[in-house]
Amino acid sequence: MTAVEIQTPGAKAVRREFWSQLLRSKTFIVGMAILAFWVLCVVFPDLVATHDPTAQDPLAKWVRPFNDGHLFGTDRFGRDVFSRAIYGAREILIVAPAATVLGTGLGVILGLTMGYLGGIVDDVVSRLIEALISLPVILVALLALTSLSAGRLTIIGVIGFLFAPLVARTVRAAVLEERNLEYVRAAELRSENAFYVMFIEILPNVFGPIIVEFTVRLGYAVFTMAGLAFIGFGSQPGSPDWGRTIFDERISLLSDVWWPSLVPALALASLVVAINLVADALEGVIDR
Amino acid sequence: MTRYLIRRLGLAVITLVLLSMVVFLVASVLPGSVGRAILGPFAEQQSVDNLNEELGLNGPVHIRYLRWAGDAFRGDFGESYKFRAPVMDFLPGAFVASLKLALATLVIVIPLGIIGGAIAAFRKGRPTDRIITIVGLTLAVTPEFVVGIVLILVFAVRLKWLPPGGSGDGTIGEQLKAIVLPALTLSAILFGYIARMARAGTINALAADYTRTATLKGLTWLQVMRRHVLRNAMLPTIAVIASQMSYLLGGLLVTETMFNYKGLGLLIAKAAEDRDVPMLMASVFVVGVFSMIMTLLADLLTAWLNPRVRLEGAE
Repeated sequence: MTAVEIQTPGAKAVRREFWSQLLRSKTFIVGMAILAFWVLCVVFPDLVATHDPTAQDPLAKWVRPFNDGHLFGTDRFGRDVFSRAIYGAREILIVAPAATVLGTGLGVILGLTMGYLGGIVDDVVSRLIEALISLPVILVALLALTSLSAGRLTIIGVIGFLFAPLVARTVRAAVLEERNLEYVRAAELRSENAFYVMFIEILPNVFGPIIVEFTVRLGYAVFTMAGLAFIGFGSQPGSPDWGRTIFDERISLLSDVWWPSLVPALALASLVVAINLVADALEGVIDR
Repeated sequence: MTRYLIRRLGLAVITLVLLSMVVFLVASVLPGSVGRAILGPFAEQQSVDNLNEELGLNGPVHIRYLRWAGDAFRGDFGESYKFRAPVMDFLPGAFVASLKLALATLVIVIPLGIIGGAIAAFRKGRPTDRIITIVGLTLAVTPEFVVGIVLILVFAVRLKWLPPGGSGDGTIGEQLKAIVLPALTLSAILFGYIARMARAGTINALAADYTRTATLKGLTWLQVMRRHVLRNAMLPTIAVIASQMSYLLGGLLVTETMFNYKGLGLLIAKAAEDRDVPMLMASVFVVGVFSMIMTLLADLLTAWLNPRVRLEGAE
């Protein structure tokens, strides 16, 4: 028996083509640039921030933007709004990616199993997923956080678990398209076990949709966690976390003091939009 | 159609039962003593145990679930820990308020989304198209309170046209005024999705053979649009509205908190803050049922509009 060599472009060439297409996409570059800025703020906040985010100054309450060395003014305690927005990135940019990694991991395992094994497991789990999806993620998360202690690990766990079925649905659909292809049949004829076929043969071939799903979910994770922080779950009072700050400072809005709430709101918007720009660019390149 | 209807309703019942299980399990099986949460950290263990017993929290999970589900089926969601009054005293009012808000949102966003999408389709590739698409997608991914802040600032604080919050319990005029800003906030999220589908649907329909036939047989532009293009563009649009329903209802939580609008979202946020589990479970369950019914209605509407589904099994 001689193995038939199929002439395909090498993995390296494919990867190079992938990156060159991505780097030519303006959406991707803009999204990544914004993301890189926020990651920098998480790792080295004091490089960007101009003040101590917790330092209060009762004499400098509600300083307007661009005054007295405060780029975006100060809040009702005289804290520097710009520096708080920079430090506020940390909480969400640690928790949201962690939850998304967990959710994607669980979802990939679940989706591969459902798609490849099919049958009754698939039917039952599909029904369960449908029931779960008719509930908004943020509400189930709230329900769980109320019964558990609302620490950082709990939030990561809860959001991760809730994202798993959503990821599983996408992975399942991708696996269904692959499972009757020749390379899967070939592996089965070699009597490889189901585990090998799922994780070694199929998984690398559904990697594209998984990456796109991961990025999209990351956007939703930020969205959901900001919402939870806004109603008081997942951050300590007084922390510079964006959702929390917007909730705390929204009353000043009525006195036409817009900067303490609008600045973190725009910071949050820029992060979510950036993640979605990257997701869009990835989807465009991977689909082709 | 009948067969489709029966099958779809059967699935809805199964989903409903699963939904109640999910809500109950998430709220009850997780560790954390309710008695302890109510009485605080300094209460004696004996009184905590007594309260747990009194609230019916001891006993196997499946028994407790059946009791809760049975009561809920008869419209009894138990007593609120916080108010010491039946949950049903609070639920209907909040539900009606949220229903009004959801309907107001759909009344605003569906025409805007469809018109926006259709305009983008006619101007495909031009700046108008690009602006509608980018604005729509940006709004769709931006959290509700970001949009809310801008709306409050512009329309309530600066222009003073509308109140910055409250439910407007007074006259119809006041109620309408109070609902505009929260409804616009929720609309911002949905606009992008609806416009995108309407755009894609219109582009497909414009390029389709039946549209060319309709034009060639001498129908006026308006007739072609109404009978052929928009009608076909509607199908995927309704489907996407249905799929976004749970995001709309999840958005109630933040939006109602932002505007202090007394609906289900605010009820849920308050109940979570007070660890009022019966209130929380009941209101989350109601939101789930709400979302399920909306999805069901949208599915039925899609089926009714689409002869391929409507006539399934008829031949």
